Amino acid sequence: MGYVVEMVNIRKEFPGVVANDDITLRLEQGEIHALLGENGAGKSTLMSILFGMYQPDRGHIQVRGKEMKIASPNVANDLGIGMVHQHFKLVGNFTVTENIVLGSELRKGPVLDLKTAAKKIEALSKRYGLNVDPYAKIENISVGMQQRVEILKMLYRDAEILIFDEPTAVLTPQEIEELMKIMRNLIKEGKSIIVITHKLKEIKAVADRCTVIRRGKTIGTVNVAETSEQAMAEMMVGRNVSFKVDKKPAAPGETVLKLEHLNVNNSKKVLGLADFSLEVRAGEIVGVAGVEGNGQSELVEAITGLRKIESGTIWYNGHDIAKLSIRDRIYEGIGHIPEDRQRRGLVLDYTLEENMVLQIYNRKPFAKGGILRRQAIRSYADKILKSFDVRSGQGPISVVRSLSGGNQQKAIIGREIELDPNLLIAVQPTRGLDVGSIEYIHKRLIEQRDKGKAVLLISLELDEILNVSDRIAVLNHGQLVGEVLASETNENEIGLMMAGVQRGEGA
Amino acid sequence: MWDTIANIFPYAIVYTIPLLITALGALFSERSGIVNIGLEGLMIVGAFAGALTINKLQAAYPGEQWTLWVGLVAAFVIGVLFSLLHAFASINLSANQVISGTAINMVAGSLTIFLARNITGSGNIRILQGFRKFDIPVLSDIPIIGRLFFSQTYWTTWFILGVLILSTFLLFKTRFGLRLRSCGEHPHAAEAAGVSVRKMRYMGVMISGGFAGLGGAIIISTYSGEFNGSVAGLGFLALAALIFGQWKPLGVLAATFFFGFASTIANVSQVIPSFQVIPAVILKVFPYVVTLIALVLFSKSSQAPKAAGEPFDSGKR
Amino acid sequence: MKKAIVSLLAVILGLVAGALLMIFTGHDPIEGYRFLITGALKNRERIGNTLATATPLIFTGLSLAFSFRTGLFNIGAPGQMLFGGLCATAVGLTFDLPRVLLLIVMILAAFIGGALWALIPGILKAKFNVHEVVSTIMMNWSCYWIVYYAVPAYFKGPSLETESKLLPEAASLKASFMTDLFNGSYVNLGFLLAIIAVIVIGFIINKTTLGYELKAVGYNRDAAEYAGIAVNRGIITSMLISGGLAGLAGVAQYAGNASNIQIGLLPSQGFDGIAVALLGASAPGGVFLSAIFFGVLYSGRGFMNAMTDIPPEIADTIIAIIIYFAATSILFERLISFLKRRRTNKAEPGKPSAPDKPDSPAEAAKPVGRVGE
Repeated sequence: MGYVVEMVNIRKEFPGVVANDDITLRLEQGEIHALLGENGAGKSTLMSILFGMYQPDRGHIQVRGKEMKIASPNVANDLGIGMVHQHFKLVGNFTVTENIVLGSELRKGPVLDLKTAAKKIEALSKRYGLNVDPYAKIENISVGMQQRVEILKMLYRDAEILIFDEPTAVLTPQEIEELMKIMRNLIKEGKSIIVITHKLKEIKAVADRCTVIRRGKTIGTVNVAETSEQAMAEMMVGRNVSFKVDKKPAAPGETVLKLEHLNVNNSKKVLGLADFSLEVRAGEIVGVAGVEGNGQSELVEAITGLRKIESGTIWYNGHDIAKLSIRDRIYEGIGHIPEDRQRRGLVLDYTLEENMVLQIYNRKPFAKGGILRRQAIRSYADKILKSFDVRSGQGPISVVRSLSGGNQQKAIIGREIELDPNLLIAVQPTRGLDVGSIEYIHKRLIEQRDKGKAVLLISLELDEILNVSDRIAVLNHGQLVGEVLASETNENEIGLMMAGVQRGEGA
Repeated sequence: MWDTIANIFPYAIVYTIPLLITALGALFSERSGIVNIGLEGLMIVGAFAGALTINKLQAAYPGEQWTLWVGLVAAFVIGVLFSLLHAFASINLSANQVISGTAINMVAGSLTIFLARNITGSGNIRILQGFRKFDIPVLSDIPIIGRLFFSQTYWTTWFILGVLILSTFLLFKTRFGLRLRSCGEHPHAAEAAGVSVRKMRYMGVMISGGFAGLGGAIIISTYSGEFNGSVAGLGFLALAALIFGQWKPLGVLAATFFFGFASTIANVSQVIPSFQVIPAVILKVFPYVVTLIALVLFSKSSQAPKAAGEPFDSGKR
Repeated sequence: MKKAIVSLLAVILGLVAGALLMIFTGHDPIEGYRFLITGALKNRERIGNTLATATPLIFTGLSLAFSFRTGLFNIGAPGQMLFGGLCATAVGLTFDLPRVLLLIVMILAAFIGGALWALIPGILKAKFNVHEVVSTIMMNWSCYWIVYYAVPAYFKGPSLETESKLLPEAASLKASFMTDLFNGSYVNLGFLLAIIAVIVIGFIINKTTLGYELKAVGYNRDAAEYAGIAVNRGIITSMLISGGLAGLAGVAQYAGNASNIQIGLLPSQGFDGIAVALLGASAPGGVFLSAIFFGVLYSGRGFMNAMTDIPPEIADTIIAIIIYFAATSILFERLISFLKRRRTNKAEPGKPSAPDKPDSPAEAAKPVGRVGE
């Protein structure tokens, strides 16, 4: 079979960054082709080029054998290229139909013809088994359903070449299964698919071939059936990677944190965490597994004081801290590596040294009588930056915005560990980082545990939870499904629990 | 009491119309994602252009009504052109929209007086004759309603109400409206769907400029009759009405009428015994306080376009 | 450095635009600017008057700069200035105290009045997340009408309906030593107060834990909350200080440069504060310099008008145009970095410098959504 898309020797440079440096990718008619690479390897840029959002500096693109210039998403549309973006591009207060027709509207005279469009959408939805209500408003439907709306958007435009950008990041295990079924259906109907991912298991499950890129360069294209996960991982990272993290068995001590019957509302004023109880002891890492939005934020924010609880108790070293302010909890020894380092973890327009004293700027020796003491701040920051290997242009006076994501994260972790907390809460500490940084951060977390600290690790990455934690608690719909020892469980079991199946019920 | 209300009503409507058209223009701008606090300035520019055009034409063609309509057209065009400054700053340069809007207000306020002084010396521009009031035949004889709505009306009132209906249709029933609204809610979605966010936002701002210009000229050609370099905060009141009306055409109509009515009462309170008991200051401050309260009440469930005020950068995901 | 160049460019472009306007309306711009400058700086008296004209601008500029630095857009300076001025005038007309004490009470009244007028938007922002731009605009017009009715009702002057009574001499900021120093100019204690304010605000912003907290809240509310900083209190404190500074502009204007308060207008200095702060890059020193510059424009315009019959509004127009250029300064910044890149590219062909890669190209291109920084 011929190639429907060929992207040859693509180069794309942004001010200061070479995002794509000689990448070649060929998509065969009727295949599912995975595009594998680490965060920042250049996958999204490459696909944005194919979709017409960026223009390549060098290289050429052939669609069905003809060389093409894809100047805008409209051109991509006309060529039958459609894309499901990682962050859905849907207008929240529009209906499904309005979202789908946007940009290629049917009209009766000057008036929008939404009825005919809705009928067409309904038919498409039936044909591909998508089960979408064309009249529902986007803000009222689930994330999985929203993704299917995105798929319908492509089908409505008769796209033949479908790009999926990290499609499983926001889905439950069942929804992932469902999505894979839909993808196979699409292939049966003659479509061709490119799926961007860094999850090897999904590639194994669904893809025919896989192109691996690293630091903007193509490493190679392999047949998935003939290649092991280990081999693909090595291509992606560029060296031998062991997914197992080196660690001694835990030696848990006293209970540091004890949550009892915690009820916490989410931002929509309904219970986001319901009757939740959990213990974390000194010298152990407790992992919390679950699909995004199942109560993790509520849990973390309740412990740190960012969100008030409805009922229940938060015992910390033997006393209830539920009424304490955020600052008091920090002073009591609760460290928090937040989920979103740019939203919460750092003041991006402050310098590194200013960020290193974010919680303690007003304490001795960093301030005296309400006046900051730069010298003390500088030397404290210097120490953290050295011991945590934070690299920046101008050292402590670099503005944090100018740092790479990995260095920003290392700075946060350094700051929190330097506070010497008794309880360290790490939320998605490795999100969006390359494998080197991930290994480094995991090592640091285990080091804290070995020093006798309690660590609570919240992550969406199952691998991370399984490899780093000693004990695993699983969340579903704001409730604790169960607790298991990391050494006695496996991915399957956790996956089922994440879907709400109690231990022993299924499998 | 009935007589008082019936007497006030036509004035309230006259006062409402410039507010309504200006707020309606701002509705287009904000629905496309651009906050326009330069309404005051755009109204001033429109008032200036309208007054100058009408003044010159009436000198050449005394007593002709069409001169007034030409004045409105001129105000619309100048309003559009002037709003391009705001559009360029906030769309092409991703400038802070509040600062740009403030600059528009200040440039308009000082530039028009500067020019007017060069023309007339005093800085004021009078028109000889404004629109004539008339009672609509038949309809004005309907009991109650006739006296309230169809007596002593201006043609501009009916024209602007027509624009309101047309705008509602445009926003919610046509391709243009769908695309415009998508740019104000989620410009990245619009872009991915092939809609040119820049173009739609330019359209929104330009409509806002044109409508505000019309509003300014209607003030001149109905109740004021003279340009003096200010529209006395009506532009800001229109902005308040937009919020109070929750970014919906009918809401804006209700809010502007409410403000128009309140202001009229405040203006006439001295001469009407039943209002004299209320201190004038309370009547004057009333609309602003109501808006503050509305802001608090709507703070949890605001219908504000989500992307309004945020510069759009197509690289950001 | 880059900020200074951008500000300077905005000024130059504003002056060029002013010149074009003068040409367009049939005047000679060189003559116009010559008279404008002599009008502002010809002799000691005129210099004094220029400093006096700049005084309220220093306060409103500081007010806006402080709000910008703490992430707020306090567009309510006109109302706060007016209300502060009303409070100070009320004190000056009501109480019969020894002069020093009276002046101190008036200054405090102005600060508190301005702060009070900013308190409501501050609370609305902190508790209900109501955008301060809209709420402060509403506060401006509320104050406009309150003064409009309060002054004739309680402080009516002998002749004019539109002005309050004149303040007694004891309640004026005019000081004989300053008047003498500047040959009879109306420059007054307000200017000294402004210098003190510049120093104090600079100190608070750059050296204190309070400044650190308020800036953190302004830059990133979520991060500040995460770090245990009381965010709501920070927002309200920022608004109070910013409003208080605008209130001081009121006492400097109505009890220093003038000796009574007028009704029927929102003080233009309140809006000009935005321009002053922008041009001064929201730094107290920069605010001081740009306020003096605007002072020159405003104080020389009368002389220019007398000598050339160019309407005095040319000064206002130039200032307004400067704000527009300051708002679009990103254009110059792009130009400067473009020119720089071309130079470095020539020096080192084919090797783009990439010192420290940001997370993604999109982020690198992200504009700073903040004003005055």
